[in-house]
Amino acid sequence: MLPASPAIEAAGVSRTFGRRRAVDDVTLSVPAGDCLALFGPNGAGKTTLLRLIAGLLAPSTGTVRVGGRPLRDDADARAQVGLISHQSMLYRALTARENVEFAARLYGVADPRAAAVRALDDMRVLDRADTPVRALSRGLQQRVSIARAIVHAPGVVLLDEPYTGLDAAGGAALTGMLQSLRAARAALLLVTHNVDEGLAVASHAAVMLAGRIVRMADCATLDARTFREEYRALVVNGDGLPTGAPLGLSA
Amino acid sequence: MTTIPVSNGTSNSGSSGRSNGTPAPAAPRAVFDWFSAVAALGVVGIYIRAIYFTPIERLQGAAQKIYYLHVPAALAAYIAISITALMSIVYLWLHDERADRLAEAGAEVGLVFLTVVLTSGPLWGHRIWGAWWAWWDMRLTLTLFLWFIVAAYLIVRGGVEEAAMRGRYSAVLAILAALLIPFIHLSVYLFQARLHPMPVVLKPGEPSLPPEMLTTFLLAFAAFALLCIAFIRARYRVGLLRDLAAELAA
Amino acid sequence: MTGRRTPGVVAAAWLIARKDLAIEFRTRTAFLSALVFAVLALCIFYFTWDQSVVPPADRAPGVLWVVLAFSGLLGLQRSFGVEEHDRGIDALLVSPISREAIYVGKAIGNLVFLFAIQLVAIPALAIFYNLPFGRPLLAVGGIVLLATIGIVAVGTLFSAMAVNTRLAELLLPMLSLPFFVPILMTAAQATTLVFAGRPPAEVWPSLKILIAFDIVFLVACTLAFPYTLEE
Repeated sequence: MLPASPAIEAAGVSRTFGRRRAVDDVTLSVPAGDCLALFGPNGAGKTTLLRLIAGLLAPSTGTVRVGGRPLRDDADARAQVGLISHQSMLYRALTARENVEFAARLYGVADPRAAAVRALDDMRVLDRADTPVRALSRGLQQRVSIARAIVHAPGVVLLDEPYTGLDAAGGAALTGMLQSLRAARAALLLVTHNVDEGLAVASHAAVMLAGRIVRMADCATLDARTFREEYRALVVNGDGLPTGAPLGLSA
Repeated sequence: MTTIPVSNGTSNSGSSGRSNGTPAPAAPRAVFDWFSAVAALGVVGIYIRAIYFTPIERLQGAAQKIYYLHVPAALAAYIAISITALMSIVYLWLHDERADRLAEAGAEVGLVFLTVVLTSGPLWGHRIWGAWWAWWDMRLTLTLFLWFIVAAYLIVRGGVEEAAMRGRYSAVLAILAALLIPFIHLSVYLFQARLHPMPVVLKPGEPSLPPEMLTTFLLAFAAFALLCIAFIRARYRVGLLRDLAAELAA
Repeated sequence: MTGRRTPGVVAAAWLIARKDLAIEFRTRTAFLSALVFAVLALCIFYFTWDQSVVPPADRAPGVLWVVLAFSGLLGLQRSFGVEEHDRGIDALLVSPISREAIYVGKAIGNLVFLFAIQLVAIPALAIFYNLPFGRPLLAVGGIVLLATIGIVAVGTLFSAMAVNTRLAELLLPMLSLPFFVPILMTAAQATTLVFAGRPPAEVWPSLKILIAFDIVFLVACTLAFPYTLEE
C-alpha cells in the first residue's frame, strides 16, 4: 500500500498584501494522526498561514495541499477540512442545533440531524441546542463553533486560538475532541499562543515569527520547560535570531 | 531525534515584496510633456479655425459652433472609456497593475469629457430648442447615464483600500457596465420612440456638410482624440508616481 | 470516506436560501422595515401630485416602480451583512460547495424577500390609487416577477462587493441604480400599457428587453461573483 501523502502540506508558501509580506516562504507538513502546534506572537502571520492552508487566501508563491490535493479548486479536498477561527462563523439568529445542522448539510453528511446532535454532545453543549446563538455566552458560542467545524468528521482540522473563551470544562471537552480526532487519524494544525494548551495535544511544535517558521521540533523529544523559556525569549525580544542562524530543532 | 524539515528560503524579507513579481517601474524623469503641448496647441488651433475661419450655419447661427466642442468631446469620452473597459479585461486576465492604472486614468479622463458633453449639450439645446434638456436626444441621455456609471466606478475605487481587491472590483464593474450600455440604449430608444416620435431636428454636422465645416469637424475630432490620449498619459503618470510614493513610504 | 455527498449547485443554493430566509423570519426587523417603507412611500407619493391634474391611476405605474426599486435596495442591503458579522462567509467558502452556489443561494433568498414585500405593496397600490383588481393586476405581477429577477441579479452581486468596502450603504445604491435604469424604464412602460388596456403585442417588446436583461446579467453576475471574494 502506498504511503499516504501528508495530510497537510505547504511548500514555499508566501503571501504579500501590497507591500507587506505576511507569510514568508513557509514549508511544513503534517501527516495524518499528527498535530502541529504553531506558536508565535501577534502579527507573526499564523492566522494568514492558516487561511492560506484553508484555501480562503491564495498564496502569492508556493503551493498548499490537503490530502495531496490543492484546496482552492478541489471541492472533494475541501470536504475533508474543518476550520475553527477567531470568529465563530455562526448565525446569531439561529439556534445552536440549526447552525450545526446547516454545516452538516453543507458537507453532505448522511444524517445531518444525528450528526449535529453528536457534535453538540461531544462539546457538552447539547442541553443548549435550541437556544439562539446570540443568547449564548462567548464560551458556549465557541463550543458550538467547534461542533460546527467537526460535524462532518473532517480528516484535517485547522484551529486558530480555539481555547479562547473556553472555561475548564470547555477546554477539557476540546482537548478530548482533538485527541479522539488524532486517534481517528485526522491531521491537526493548531495555532495558539498558549504553550501549555498547545503542547498538551501536539505531536510537533513550531514557532512562527515575522512570517517565517523559526523553530520546529518533535514534542516527544522536547523539554517543555526549555521550550517555554526559549519561546518567551523569542517572543519578548522580538527577533532574537541572528540572520543566517541554523534552523532546526530545539531540544 | 526526529524532526520535520524546515526550509530556509532565499531571504527576501525587508524588501518591498511586490506581490506579483513585476519589477518596480523606474520613476519617470521630469520631462517636458511634448505630447500634451502639441495636443493643447491642436485644440487652440481648432478653436481659432472654428470661430474665425468656418462659415456660420444658416439655420442656427453662431450657436451651432458649440457642436465643434460637444461632438468631439463625446468621441474623446468614448475613447477614454473604451480604454477603461479594455484594460479591465486585461487586468482580470493578466493581473498586471499597469492595466489597472490605465483603466483608472481612462475613467477619470472619460468623466471629464462626459461632463463637457453634458454641459455643452444643454447650452446649445437651450439656444436651439428653448429647452434645457432633450430626453429624446439619444446621445445626451446615454451620456448622462454613462456619467453616473463612471462616477460609480471612481467611487468604488475610492472605497476599497486594498489594491488587488480594488483592481478586481473596478474591473468587474467596468465589464458589467459595458454589458449595460446596449440595454440602456435599447430602453431609452423604446421609451422615446413611443412617447416622443424622433423629431426631425436638423442635427448640424450630419448629412451634406459644406466642405469647410466637414474639415473643421474632422480636425476637431483629431484634436480631441489627441487631447484625450495626452490627458490619459498624464493621469497615468500621476497614478504611477502616487503608487511609487506609497511603496517607498511603507 | 464517510457516506458523504457534497450538495450540487442547486441543492447548495437552496440550502443557503433556506438558511437566509430562516434568519429573516426569525428576526423580521429588516423585512418589516422594508415593508413599512414601501407602503409609506406609496402613500407619500399620492400627496405629491394634485389629483385633479393627474389622476391617481395614471401615476400608479411610475410610483410603483420607484417604490419597488428603493424597497428592493433595502432588501438587498442586508443580504451579505449577515455573513459579515461573524464571518459566516468563511465557513461557506471553506466548505465544498461552489462559489456560484453561494451567489445563487443569496439571490434566491433576496428574490423571496422582495416578492414578500411586493405581495403587500402591489395590492396596497391598487387600494390607494383606485386600480381595478383583476387581469391587469395579474399581468403587472408577471412584469414585476421579470423585473425583480434582474434587480436581484445585479443587486446581489453589488451587495457582495459593497459589504467589503468602506461606504457600504452608500455604495450599493450608487452601483445598483444605473443598472436598474433599463429594468425600471421598460417595466414602467409595460405597466403603463397594461393599465391602459393596450393589447399584449404592444407590451411584448418591453418584456423582451426584460427577459434579455435577466438572462445576460444572471450569467454575467454568476461568473463575476467569485472575483468579489477575498483572494
